[in-house]
Amino acid sequence: MTADLSVDFCGIKSPNPFWLASAPPANSAYQVMRAFEAGWGGAVWKTIGEPIVNVSSRYSAVDLEHRRVMGLNNIELISDRSIEENLREIREVKRHFPGHVVIASLMVESKREVWHDIVRRAEDAGADGHELNFGCPHGMSERGMGSAVGQVPEYTCQITEWAVEAATRPVIIKLTPNITDIRFPGRAAKRGGAHAVSLINTINSITGIDLDTFVPRPIVGDGSTHGGYCGPAVKPIALNMVSQIAGDPEIGLPISGIGGISTWRDALEFMLLGSTTVQVCTAVMHRGFRIVEDMIQGLSDWMESKGFTACTDFIGKSVPHVRDWGKLDLNYRIVARIDQAKCVDCGLCYIACEDGCHQSITKERANGRNVYTVVDDLCVGCNMCSLVCPSPGCISMVQVDEGKPFETWEMRIARTGSSAAAWAESMGKH
Amino acid sequence: MAVKPGAAYSPEAGFPEIHPAFSDAEAKIESGRCLYCYDAPCVRACPTHIDIPKFIGRIHTGDVMGAARAILDANILGGTCARVCPVEELCEGACVEVALQRRPIPISALQRYAVDHVMHRRMRLFAPGAPTGKRVAIVGAGPAGLSCAFELRRAGHAVTIFDARELPGGVNTYTIAPYKHSVDFCLEEVEIVRQMGVEFRQGVLVGRDVTFEEIRSGSDAVFLGLGLGHTRKMGIPGEDLPGVWEALAYLEASRTAPPDKQPRAKVVAVVGGGNTAIDCATTAARLGAEMVMIIYRRGRADVPAFPYEQEIARMDEVLFVCNTLPVEVIAQNGRASALRCVRTQPGPPGPDGKSAFEVMPGSDRILGADQIIMALGQQPWEAVPGLENLKTTRGGLIEVDPVTHETSMPGVFCGGDAINGGGEVVDAVEHGKIAARGIHCRLFGLDAARLGLPGDNGSPRQTWHSVRRPSDIRPPAPAVAPAHH
Repeated sequence: MTADLSVDFCGIKSPNPFWLASAPPANSAYQVMRAFEAGWGGAVWKTIGEPIVNVSSRYSAVDLEHRRVMGLNNIELISDRSIEENLREIREVKRHFPGHVVIASLMVESKREVWHDIVRRAEDAGADGHELNFGCPHGMSERGMGSAVGQVPEYTCQITEWAVEAATRPVIIKLTPNITDIRFPGRAAKRGGAHAVSLINTINSITGIDLDTFVPRPIVGDGSTHGGYCGPAVKPIALNMVSQIAGDPEIGLPISGIGGISTWRDALEFMLLGSTTVQVCTAVMHRGFRIVEDMIQGLSDWMESKGFTACTDFIGKSVPHVRDWGKLDLNYRIVARIDQAKCVDCGLCYIACEDGCHQSITKERANGRNVYTVVDDLCVGCNMCSLVCPSPGCISMVQVDEGKPFETWEMRIARTGSSAAAWAESMGKH
Repeated sequence: MAVKPGAAYSPEAGFPEIHPAFSDAEAKIESGRCLYCYDAPCVRACPTHIDIPKFIGRIHTGDVMGAARAILDANILGGTCARVCPVEELCEGACVEVALQRRPIPISALQRYAVDHVMHRRMRLFAPGAPTGKRVAIVGAGPAGLSCAFELRRAGHAVTIFDARELPGGVNTYTIAPYKHSVDFCLEEVEIVRQMGVEFRQGVLVGRDVTFEEIRSGSDAVFLGLGLGHTRKMGIPGEDLPGVWEALAYLEASRTAPPDKQPRAKVVAVVGGGNTAIDCATTAARLGAEMVMIIYRRGRADVPAFPYEQEIARMDEVLFVCNTLPVEVIAQNGRASALRCVRTQPGPPGPDGKSAFEVMPGSDRILGADQIIMALGQQPWEAVPGLENLKTTRGGLIEVDPVTHETSMPGVFCGGDAINGGGEVVDAVEHGKIAARGIHCRLFGLDAARLGLPGDNGSPRQTWHSVRRPSDIRPPAPAVAPAHH
């Protein structure tokens, strides 16, 4: 049994929030129909445009100990098949799966009539909406497309306008993370009339170098090029950018969250930060379409355990909890507690604190083992020891109630008159 | 590491090793599991203080040579120790993974992987120090002597080892269970020491071929790596019959004899319950014995061999015949053919605290065996002429200064089984290191306590090898209080 996972994303009805991202898994009717059969609610087609030629090889990855492909890097370009072929296949998918979502990802040269033409042809093929690829960071950007558009808010706004002019269905702008502040292209998309944004596209990256040939990966003969980074490693960056868009009062657009989503938990985090749908690529490339079964079940089970009956019950629930630093409570204080019964004597908390943090853990030899103890007065509650401890439940961070009222840095400055005075008062507490 | 039933000896392959070497893939995966503990329990459990997280981390990053360097810097016999250390009692037993209810990091297998890497490639990782003009004589080419010689050469002292046997290596070469490591491997390890410029004089028995006084007067210092003395005897009739083996002679034969001279037998009785008894029993099983018994005078739970060793015997289907005391070796056609034994039962605790046993009257029985191996332990070291006046402990062991390992005779140092009554190879290696530092410090008038041993983070950071004047000793780093103190 599953809960009702259906969502309405800027007017597009989707049976669930799980979509394939515009990427190799959504390259053909064959793949997208296999995905829909597995349970995916929608797919953003691999970007359609003037066909390109790809190189070999194309991918490289970063592993973390036994976990392979924590990060994936690609130098593939948009679809290498013709626009006609792609549109014909979109039509076929929609004929077989009318209740599922197919979004046409589009990238063409920066001319008004060319954008009008491609938008109309995509709608004619039955696409439920358009995702404008302003994010591809490699190859296409050298030709003035992809992130070359997404990195200049004026271009983003302009091309969004052109697409919206011709569109009768929603236009989603896919944002590149290769900028300093994601809110500027987000606002540009809003100004251009976009109905939604999706983010993040891939991050410029070089994943590693062959230490024998000196050629970075992925290796193309005697050279390589920077690629686009994705997979679990980018999730924290993506979550932050999603929260920035969600929290920006000037934007206020529905969000399709992208970036390292592999499980229902990942998806849920993006939704809590304001994403209505989520898009997945790397995890599917790693393990196949079948993973969506566990994402659906996991999200449904979680909703049931929390008593939620619809995704709207929780989408965006974490947005108000993301604040500027100056709005955090300076008087909230926690300290580390080490449960000696669970300590395995690895010394990692000690050395992390001693060399990297605040020298707040003591080490004493007793009965042939080391005993590590937190000095409460010195502990600043940074969490580091609990992050490195390998023993579950051994180090907990506990709140110390010092009886002080809620006060933020902004409040303290307002009360003391200057940041120097606020600092002096803060330091005086030790 | 899980024990599997022993693979049989074959004339072509000899004794197959009990644990196969790690593949590159296994080493990569297993090294990735190490948590890189600080002041790690595994290191504290290693008598030679090998920096285990460091060498495992180096394996994981692909610097296998660097891993071997970290190991051999602290323990030049790291290859042997990787094969023969009772790691369940030492590093692997202390691994935090055990406390986390997980499989310990296979430290010994990883250590072997790294050391094999450099040994197979004949890499030379260490160079002798600049000559000091000092000469040190070492008596005994066993683990303690080899370790001491290597350390002294790093510092630039001239070293000559006098050893009574044909081959160097001592217990490593002659009396380790043959399926744990081979004579060839041991001699390769000796080669590392020889290549440092150590002179080996094999077949020279001090007291017979050369006097101790000659050795002492021809050198600036002497290190004694004498090992233990004769094996104990039971003192029962028939003990000297053909077919009765002394444990170490039996192990030596299994290690060194050609296939047609291997000490094979059909029914083997090993008398004793220590680790050496297990070595003999499992070796006999691998040599194709139809039945192997361990005959032990106390109860099954009292068998003193390490649990891991007992597990090897169990997998080799060795029968433990406990509460049984041999009283006579029975002969047939002039050869041992059986043991007459009596049953025992626990008695009141003796003065040593161990539960004593008493013989049950009328409990005689005969256990047939065509080979009887006496594994009863060894006497302490044997006095060589010239060493009669060495100060000894009440147990008859040579007494040494704990920091320098100098004996009561000035300029004469000692380590290994002669001072601990029979320890592990790894203990002897550490003794050799300590004594080498002690010798060096005596020769140059240095305070040994102020200079560190390789690998030992608990000792001063500055190691001793290149220090020749007290003024070379760096003062400790200035103590700077943390910002908040």
